[in-house]
Amino acid sequence: MEVSLDLLLSAVVAGILLGGFYAAVSIGISISFGMLDIVNIAHPAFIILGAYAAYIVNSTFGLDPILTAIIMLPVFYLLGAGVYQVYYAVFERRGDEALRGLAFFFGLLFIIEVGLVLVFGVDYRFVEAPYIGPTFRFGMVDLPLRMLVPFVVSMVLVVLLQLYLSRTFIGRAIMAVSQDRLALQLMSANPGKIKRIAFGISIATASLAGAFLIIIQPVEPSVGRDYIGRVFAITVLGGLGSFPGMVAAALLLGIVESITATFYGPSWSPAVAFGILLLTLAFRPSGIMGR
Amino acid sequence: MAAKRFWLIAILVGAVFFGLSLLVPNQYYFQAGYVVLQYIVLATAWNILGGYTGYVNFGVAAFFALGAYSSVALYKLAPLPLPVLILIAGIVSGVVGLGMGYLTLRLRGAFFSIATLAMAVVMQTLITNWDYVGGSRGAYILRPAQVPILGNYIVYLFLIMLILAVITIGIARSIERSRLGFGFAAIRDDEQAAEAAGVPTLRLKLVATTLSGALMGMAGAPLPYYVTYLDPASGFSLSYAVNSIAMPLIGGMTNWIGPLIGALFLGTIQQLATVTISSALNLLIVGLLLVGFVVIAPNGIVGLFERVVERARGRR
Repeated sequence: MEVSLDLLLSAVVAGILLGGFYAAVSIGISISFGMLDIVNIAHPAFIILGAYAAYIVNSTFGLDPILTAIIMLPVFYLLGAGVYQVYYAVFERRGDEALRGLAFFFGLLFIIEVGLVLVFGVDYRFVEAPYIGPTFRFGMVDLPLRMLVPFVVSMVLVVLLQLYLSRTFIGRAIMAVSQDRLALQLMSANPGKIKRIAFGISIATASLAGAFLIIIQPVEPSVGRDYIGRVFAITVLGGLGSFPGMVAAALLLGIVESITATFYGPSWSPAVAFGILLLTLAFRPSGIMGR
Repeated sequence: MAAKRFWLIAILVGAVFFGLSLLVPNQYYFQAGYVVLQYIVLATAWNILGGYTGYVNFGVAAFFALGAYSSVALYKLAPLPLPVLILIAGIVSGVVGLGMGYLTLRLRGAFFSIATLAMAVVMQTLITNWDYVGGSRGAYILRPAQVPILGNYIVYLFLIMLILAVITIGIARSIERSRLGFGFAAIRDDEQAAEAAGVPTLRLKLVATTLSGALMGMAGAPLPYYVTYLDPASGFSLSYAVNSIAMPLIGGMTNWIGPLIGALFLGTIQQLATVTISSALNLLIVGLLLVGFVVIAPNGIVGLFERVVERARGRR
């Protein structure tokens, strides 16, 4: 196929929008895996949970999915804090997190997924919002609002979290806990409490990411699996725990997937994304913007 | 020779088990038994890498499906007997295991797990786009209805899988008692210390990934003949990965008997649940048992049993 400039341009724009959404999906992992060293492989399942929360409220009360997600933030925060409490008591304190902690989250992934299947079935669910239909057009380039709105809100989320981490005491303590636990204790901060707050925040972001997901595409319980590899790819590519790196990696992955899908067909795009991840892990494990 | 005796006993137990199975008049018994035996092979193979060296492989489905698809590819090329297909599948998956190990084993812990997950996705994409083996539409396999002596073909598949299970368990047991096994245990306990003490860690880990991958591929090779229709989504199903990880964790990971117990326990429950309740519930059962066991009994059923024995001894 001949590579036309217009086609390439729209593929890149679509990729950037997709990448913005990927950033929202990955930011939770960037906190839990990148900063806290908790390999929360169940994070995509929490995102699906967020999507269903948005779906329930939207279909019964007609409330906007993103607004719903913002209202649900405290609920997801508490859920995350609770999960961390169990994880800490059972694995981290025993120094058992490497293998059994991983298995714990793997099991959690399936419990959430099948729980949703049992309650809602395997039908695709979707939400309604005024910005889901319309599309802006600039020449040859399409800007569907369905993608643009999540992109914008996602970028706001990243900036707010970055400000929180770098400007507040607890935010800085979260950054510190990943680097030097003992030093943090000497500053009279409790690492367990800090990590609980941070993990709560990471799960809270799943509420928003879930709302974005169900705005972008119809959702059924097992679509979360498609994101397991992707979120870790983005986090590792971005250099673990650095938000700017994570956003760059998310955009890169979005663009690469979009271009592959446009020129070679959608069935090839996972191979490219994960091929990049494998090569990164093999040759540059510290990520593209790593320390 | 303790090792020789173990092999003899394992073969004997396998033979007696098969003899008794032949007395079961129900066809379905062999259908279900095949799946349980397949999980014994997968769980034991996973445990050679995961339990003995402590590297969690999430890419079980990749090796398993690779074995299955190498059978499909060979089936389209030339008719070969099943044992030959299994052998070739083992070589193919073993080589991929070696390659993957070479690329990723310098990564520690979680990174390795993520890399294996990524590899499974890459592999699935390649197979989905490979038209020769059916692509995303899947492939049909015509299997003979009858085989000489044994009669029904499913009995033949059952026997093949039983032999594979005996071989896999024998290999796992021999590793445990060998220098190789002690090297693996040293890596699991403290890789840096092992390296410093002169254990060739990278080479040992490569042996583990190759062996583990080869055995998983061999478990997958008869799959197309069992299901007669194979598509990438079912071959690469994540449930193979979760089961192969859950079974050793539930049974116990430190020795060969753990994955065996876990696979028998979980595999049988699942088969019963599929028949009596629903197959969607299977994954929920695995998830709940997996979480339950890692929280309450971190050393699995074997660990629980050991604790009971110890307490009984203490009382005496």
